[in-house]
Amino acid sequence: MEQSWKQAKAVFAAALGPPLFWLVLFFLVPLAIVWAYSFGHNDGLTDIAITGTFKNYARAIEPLYLKIFIKSAWVAAITTGLCLVIGFPVALAITFASDKAKTWLLLLIMLPFWTNLLIRTYALIAVLRTEGYVNMGLEWLWKGGGTLAALLGLQPLGDFQPLELLHNNFAVILGLIYVHLPFMVLPLYSALDRLDKSLLEASLDLGAGHMRTLFKIVVPLALPGIASGVLITFIPALGAYLTPDLLGGPDSQMIANVIERQFKRANDWPFGAAMSFLLMYMTFIAIAIQAVLSRKTPEAK
Amino acid sequence: MAKRNAPGPLEYLRRWQMQAWLAAVFIFLYAPLIALMAFSFNDSRRNIVWKGFTLKYYEKALNNDGLIEAFGNSLTIAAVSTVLSVALGAMIALALWRFRFPGKPAVDGALALPIVVPEICMGVAMLVFFAKVLPWPQGLGWPLNLGAIIIAHVSFSFPFVAVVVRARMSSFNREMEEAARDLGAGEFRTIRDVILPHMAPSLVAGALLAFTLSLDDFVITFFTAGPDTVTFPVKVYSMVRFSVTPEVNAASTILIVLTVILTAVALKLQGNSAATAGHGGEKS
Repeated sequence: MEQSWKQAKAVFAAALGPPLFWLVLFFLVPLAIVWAYSFGHNDGLTDIAITGTFKNYARAIEPLYLKIFIKSAWVAAITTGLCLVIGFPVALAITFASDKAKTWLLLLIMLPFWTNLLIRTYALIAVLRTEGYVNMGLEWLWKGGGTLAALLGLQPLGDFQPLELLHNNFAVILGLIYVHLPFMVLPLYSALDRLDKSLLEASLDLGAGHMRTLFKIVVPLALPGIASGVLITFIPALGAYLTPDLLGGPDSQMIANVIERQFKRANDWPFGAAMSFLLMYMTFIAIAIQAVLSRKTPEAK
Repeated sequence: MAKRNAPGPLEYLRRWQMQAWLAAVFIFLYAPLIALMAFSFNDSRRNIVWKGFTLKYYEKALNNDGLIEAFGNSLTIAAVSTVLSVALGAMIALALWRFRFPGKPAVDGALALPIVVPEICMGVAMLVFFAKVLPWPQGLGWPLNLGAIIIAHVSFSFPFVAVVVRARMSSFNREMEEAARDLGAGEFRTIRDVILPHMAPSLVAGALLAFTLSLDDFVITFFTAGPDTVTFPVKVYSMVRFSVTPEVNAASTILIVLTVILTAVALKLQGNSAATAGHGGEKS
């Protein structure tokens, strides 16, 4: 049983005081200021007058910015969906692997996760750019095809046109999947690992195929894990800054890039603050939806 | 996947379809990184065609004062913020584990906030805070000039440490603490001799997590850093924006190798729990 704080006031104060102080001063206060700024406007070059206006929010839902919000949510949703499709078999394989293989597979999933995000993004740039490895490989194949065509006396293939793989929405989604796949696999694995395997065996014994077992038994039981994997992937993907910034083109801006521009270049802090809080509210809504859903589904025992 | 011959019904890993899928996923995850590391040894500026083995880009990277300074800054920030995060995280985890008090749900909720708030929002909050409320003095000597970044890093790291430590403390048998008390140990002694040993693995795991989070962070640092306090990711960012160069490959390879070594050490120290503890994967 937990102790009442009154029984050891000194210990309680000593243990809770400093971290709470830190949390309030260096986290809640800064957020509160941003929140207050979102109801203000620029007053001169450096001052911000907090006037309680909703103008910034009104501007944020103008079509120009609303489109970016919708697009960001869309990109994050596609990323999450693809991560789920790609990651689910991986999590399933890890769950039913031998203990030794399990350790190694988990490590292999974790390792990119521990590697610096910027380095991983940079690695993707090197793969995708016009002189990148993908285009180099395609060029090689193209030339091989050309030689073959010449040998067979067919029309020459012409010059190789490198594919534009970088600086577009495709690159952004690929980059987001690349970065967030471990986020999806780990919660999926921890949900699947807790499954009662005899239920699966029973289903297979009673004549259901693997696919049917998967969709009728595994997925419903693992639903809370799937929901948390979806949430854990969706939230950072929605607020992604680096990936759209480095891999995206002019039309693949996401919310975070707009916010950054307000604070660093456009110098419109109140508007940026309003955008930040809208992004935050979207995050909270996603969390709330997940909480409601996971309460509805029966806990897998 | 519906074959029922050689592999057992649930041995999904032994099915070739599954193996092919896994192989494809791991190639997707690793090929770019391996290519990056391989081409850091390539003797060609174009970075594409293999021209022969060289270490000259490592030499270049190591002689790049800006890069080395940024690297040193990153390690310093990570070290200091790890120490502070572990201390603060363990304290708040202990308080939340041991006591019931009015407002506990609020503290719980506030502690979860830094974990779920999008990085960009936290970044701008830090920018505003250090611009308006607590302007960090310019021209302080090293390492004091890193103070603002360290504060920001602690703010997003220590809640993660708290999560890891609390998960560990839930397996602690409270009777042990009472027994220690009964046998005459004071508060301090009980914490030091009974609670801390039980907490220890989670402290190591938490420290590792905090260190990696700090070393990895770009967005929040990007908003907190001044012109003379550049960290490794911020420096690499400014280099990457212009071009892909073997020098960046070399510097990245060093950091990847460092990460792998750190992970290996952690696994050796801990068995496997360190790598997975607290990695519900919440880091955004």
